[in-house]
Amino acid sequence: MEWETVIGLEIHAQLSTKSKIFSAAATQYGAEPNTQACAVDLGLPGVLPVLNVEAVNKAIKFGLAINAHINQRNVFDRKNYFYPDLPKGYQISQLDWPIVGEGEIDITLGGDTKTIGITRAHLEEDAGKSIHDLYNDYTAVDLNRAGTPLLEIVSDPDMRSAKEAVAYAKKIHTLVQYIGICDGNMQEGSFRCDANVSIRPMGQEKLGTRAELKNINSFKFLERAINLEVERQQDILEEGGEVAQETRLYDAVKHETRSMRSKEEANDYRYFPDPDLLPVEISDELLDKIRAELPELPMEKKARFIAEFGLSEYDADVLTSQKYLADYFETLLQVNQSQAKLCANWVMGELSASLNKNQIEIQDSPVSAQQLSLLITRISDNTVSGKIAKDVFKAMWDGEGSADDIIKSKGLKQMTDTGEIEAIVDEIIANNAPQVEQFKSGNEKILGFFVGQAMQATQGKANPKLLNEMLRSKLG
Amino acid sequence: MDVHNKTIAQLSQGLKAGDFSSAELTKHYLDRINTSELNAFITVTDELAMEQARAADDKIIKGNAGILTGIPYAHKDIFCTNGVKTSAGSKMLDNFISPYDATVSHKLNQADLVMLGKANMDEFAMGSSNENSYYGDVKNPWNVSKIPGGSSGGSAAAVAGRLAPFATGTDTGGSIRQPASLCGITGLKPTYGRVSRYGMIAYASSLDQAGPMTQTAEDAALVLNVMAGFDEKDSTSANRDVEDYTENLNDSIKGLTIGLPKEFFSEGLDDEVANQVMAAVKEFESMGAIVKEISLPNSAYAIPTYYIVAPCECSSNLSRLDGVRYGYRCDDPKNLDDLYLRSRSEGFGEEVKRRIMIGAYALSAGYYDAYYLKAQKVRHLISDDFKKAFKQVDVIMGPVSPTTAFDLGSVKDPVSMYLADIYTLSANLAGLPGMSIPAGFSQNLPVGLQLIGDYWSESKLLNIAHQFQQQTDWHTQTPGDKS
Repeated sequence: MEWETVIGLEIHAQLSTKSKIFSAAATQYGAEPNTQACAVDLGLPGVLPVLNVEAVNKAIKFGLAINAHINQRNVFDRKNYFYPDLPKGYQISQLDWPIVGEGEIDITLGGDTKTIGITRAHLEEDAGKSIHDLYNDYTAVDLNRAGTPLLEIVSDPDMRSAKEAVAYAKKIHTLVQYIGICDGNMQEGSFRCDANVSIRPMGQEKLGTRAELKNINSFKFLERAINLEVERQQDILEEGGEVAQETRLYDAVKHETRSMRSKEEANDYRYFPDPDLLPVEISDELLDKIRAELPELPMEKKARFIAEFGLSEYDADVLTSQKYLADYFETLLQVNQSQAKLCANWVMGELSASLNKNQIEIQDSPVSAQQLSLLITRISDNTVSGKIAKDVFKAMWDGEGSADDIIKSKGLKQMTDTGEIEAIVDEIIANNAPQVEQFKSGNEKILGFFVGQAMQATQGKANPKLLNEMLRSKLG
Repeated sequence: MDVHNKTIAQLSQGLKAGDFSSAELTKHYLDRINTSELNAFITVTDELAMEQARAADDKIIKGNAGILTGIPYAHKDIFCTNGVKTSAGSKMLDNFISPYDATVSHKLNQADLVMLGKANMDEFAMGSSNENSYYGDVKNPWNVSKIPGGSSGGSAAAVAGRLAPFATGTDTGGSIRQPASLCGITGLKPTYGRVSRYGMIAYASSLDQAGPMTQTAEDAALVLNVMAGFDEKDSTSANRDVEDYTENLNDSIKGLTIGLPKEFFSEGLDDEVANQVMAAVKEFESMGAIVKEISLPNSAYAIPTYYIVAPCECSSNLSRLDGVRYGYRCDDPKNLDDLYLRSRSEGFGEEVKRRIMIGAYALSAGYYDAYYLKAQKVRHLISDDFKKAFKQVDVIMGPVSPTTAFDLGSVKDPVSMYLADIYTLSANLAGLPGMSIPAGFSQNLPVGLQLIGDYWSESKLLNIAHQFQQQTDWHTQTPGDKS
């Protein structure tokens, strides 16, 4: 039977506020355990939550970026359950009145664009961390993360393959970084995905029973976990079994998912509006203010790159796929306005290759945009050829200095003196009579031989354009 | 006249005049507390009190004392006090030394008041007789075989028994007014949001409100001046200027319109209590007030509404008491579930567990709409009744409690106990300010008169109460030193 996969994602984006959502404690990652947990985070008797307005503003920013309806009156609820890393015995979240209502975002896959619906996005606080393997017979609890603001972004079940799910997750990942509400760091847990996966016979409208996959902390694992789950469900259904509604944990090491809890074991969270917090009222003025502050979104930037710089659809797509990538590219253009294509090629070619090879994020690149910008200037003013520039880049990457320093110290300046090049060309022609003969009898390809010889003689410094012209006229 | 019978206003004058020092005064009250049989305190902070008193005396001598500098008081054990055990009357928090001050505690410290100790109370403020305390029953100073009322029973007994010039209290369903009534003192529950709840151990967050328990309305005004105010740590506190509550005490109440809700004078109200209340109303008439009968048609639903809303909120508020980070933990837990189950089963008393279970049930999937949501709707109706009433009258008067103080141990059925709050719950559900003032006696036990005002009308209520106390002497009568 042919099956159709149906996927919806729940993404938890940690909002990059300085302090927690309901307390003044810092949110910085990696501090000593329990040093960033104040009385409120510890859930001491008598303490009360106070909403961090920054978290609200960031959530609004996201809503506006996906053209969503903003609920100008939204309500915090208590989600009640007991767990040692949940100090109050309830998590403050939003159930019936989330801050962000319905919105949408486009994904592009293999040239096709598809719109993915976003059901809602709501604010909530993160729990602490239970560490089970630190002490024998005890679980250690670190409450530094407790109360960190999260925006839970819930998609419609609109995705039909693991690839689509990954494209959507990446799109959201890009967006939250673009608008500066989340650092997107997946290793540190700032951006986490849960996937709701079900399958149904192709053509059937009714959704199949879904499993929720948790604990996925990379796009690679997201794709693997979904494919694994789809296979598992297919095996069950094709053997005449039934898929159980449950929560499953993805184990990246063993590459398997295993049941965490069934629907029957699920908590009754006894949600009710938190009486310690007033409903959040968002004025039209605030919405207008945040809308005005919204930076250029990826789609807008892509369109501008095409229109303004004449980039291809593909190049514009790649360059706007990450905020820092686009920023880097635009920095190059500040001094190389007329060289958009050259800049694009360098970012997508040499730079990206080096970053990938060394697994470095672009914002940590050893060659800054300002530094690369100078090298590109030297290419366009014919100081070095594109080929030599690659060697210069390599030296810059290794920290040997600026483009000009390297060109100077290594003597890589392009030879543009016609007399000098002419002397070398004459010598090569004189020493290679058989090849001259071949060229004259119509073998155009042999020209490359002469170029090679000349480049060898000049250590690649001869201006390729000049050299070519001269060879042709002398041989012709 | 014994110094302990003086009001705050009188003590303040005495301190300034050098008639006695705060240290002497404090020592006097500590001695009375330490020989008292009322069990009004859970913790007596002798050393801290003497230290605070000496610091206050320094300020008085140097001439930079405030009105309340050096005045001792009893602090209900529901307010967190930095470095001092804060138990909320529960075994669960018997080992809890608060590492921080409640906003109210902080404000009282800032005003140079002297904390004598932490007053006994019903466990987590759940109760109407102070028989639910882990630290034992509190006795009514007028008759030690009677209950003092609850949940601020220790606070009321301390003031009535002259163990403190005033006490703090909290009122979720009548916990200031009812014990004030049964102990013959003045108690004020302000408008919800007037006093910060930060650091006040939560029972039912949308109903809890702290207030003063004093001998007189004038004293209540002086203390409210310190307690009240916006607090950015409490999102439900009102960002509204604090008046000087003493300013209008002497205003004339001629022409004041008093509403008597007929629902407050029906079946279940003790005849003698009714008579005393009506006599007090007559007194107001003689002072130029006009009396009108009004109706609060939904007040019959106050008890069922309250006993859904409050347990729902408390079931969640008390979840943090899980034996994990602080408070009581059972011996040798086998696993996490066992730790939760036994710590909470052993740490909480019967009434607290009953309300947690009622609340958890009412919030469960499938019951939420029928209970919690319905109760919220009724709550609106009850508020609307008051809004309509306050278009016709300036103040509502009636009994505080259907009876005078009953015998310790005599009411065993929880539902009968809940009926003790029948006249006080509505003000909490609507968030309105309410007062209890002494209005006579029935068989040597005090009877209180309840005043309910419109939102933010504390000043008016205190004015009305003060004027009444200028004409009557119920509030100056004491149980004597037999306690």
